[in-house]
Amino acid sequence: MHEVDMTKCLLLSMNDWKRQHAPRQPRVSTVHLQVGAFTCVEPDQLVFTWEAAVQGSWLAGARLAIEPVPLVGRCVLCASTYAPLQEQAYRSPCCDHPMEEIVSGRELRIRSVEYALDDPPAIATPSTPACAPCA
Amino acid sequence: MHMPLEDTLGLNLLAANQHQAEHNRDHFDTWNLLCLNVMSSPGAGKTSLLERSLTALAGEFAMAVLEGDMTTQLDAQRLEAVGVPVVPITTGRACHLDAAMVSGGLRLLAERLDPASLDLLWVENVGNLVCPAEFEVGEHRKVALLSVTEGDDKPLKYPVMFREADCVLITKVDLLPHLPVEVERIEAHVRQVNPHCAVIRVSATTGEGLAAWHGWLREQRAALAALPLAAPLVGVA
Ligand SMILES: [Zn+2]
Repeated sequence: MHEVDMTKCLLLSMNDWKRQHAPRQPRVSTVHLQVGAFTCVEPDQLVFTWEAAVQGSWLAGARLAIEPVPLVGRCVLCASTYAPLQEQAYRSPCCDHPMEEIVSGRELRIRSVEYALDDPPAIATPSTPACAPCA
Repeated sequence: MHMPLEDTLGLNLLAANQHQAEHNRDHFDTWNLLCLNVMSSPGAGKTSLLERSLTALAGEFAMAVLEGDMTTQLDAQRLEAVGVPVVPITTGRACHLDAAMVSGGLRLLAERLDPASLDLLWVENVGNLVCPAEFEVGEHRKVALLSVTEGDDKPLKYPVMFREADCVLITKVDLLPHLPVEVERIEAHVRQVNPHCAVIRVSATTGEGLAAWHGWLREQRAALAALPLAAPLVGVA
């Protein structure tokens, strides 16, 4: 349920960007995101709801590629970095200090868009599974 | 031959909502009112606490409520009697308020009164500990409620919400003697994800902790009043 709203908001953000920066090419093949592990966004769910959300929009047919970013904290006492055991403990293993500083994991970033250089295929063949490396 | 052509955006995924939230906050700053986003899981006691606080503070502050939690709707009539208008926000089936919904609520509110006459605006969010943590509505401060009946692991299961909160209210502490839960453990878990926020134990039933909670509110209100057109205050990390 809430991924649908996230995806809608992502599309609105992309629309705002399109209005402000005319894309260099009309057809976007891939939208690259970075999604941190310490956010309320589930990457799989985002991908799952993406296709339906962009149907009929300028991003129809574009692939959503998500780079997950792990949660990393930095201990403010000794400056070493650590990966908390999520949902179990948010403390530094070195000094047993609370997770005060977060180095990464809060990312909800639209990193880039990739454009398709070729023309879209004249006939869509939905029965053929998309080949990820070529998409 | 494949030569990927790319544009770098570096834009927040929720940028569209953030723009609207900043726009709302600009209005709040112009009106010199403090906006609070009150969040919790369903049944954490948001409504009873809000009723206590609104009644207690009605003589001191001009306030209004944007009500986004239809399942625990405030007793609007009773609050209107102490001079606190309650404006319902249409959320559809959304599991959180977004900045556009709050903007719509502000329009309705402005039909009834001049928002610049207000000191405090309460936004009661939908009962949910997940997405309200990511969707700003333009608030100056986030308040998260956690009932002692929810057990002590909630802050670890929903850490983003408690990380983002400026104030965590541990509610229903009058029930502690009847529960197999230690309030110190709840607080310690909040502290793991947010070492510096205010953590206040309260009971809407006995009134315990309300003085401390209202004291915190007064401090936030005074901090805002001292900085007219203050820069948006963003949460830690
Ligand atoms: Zn350390």
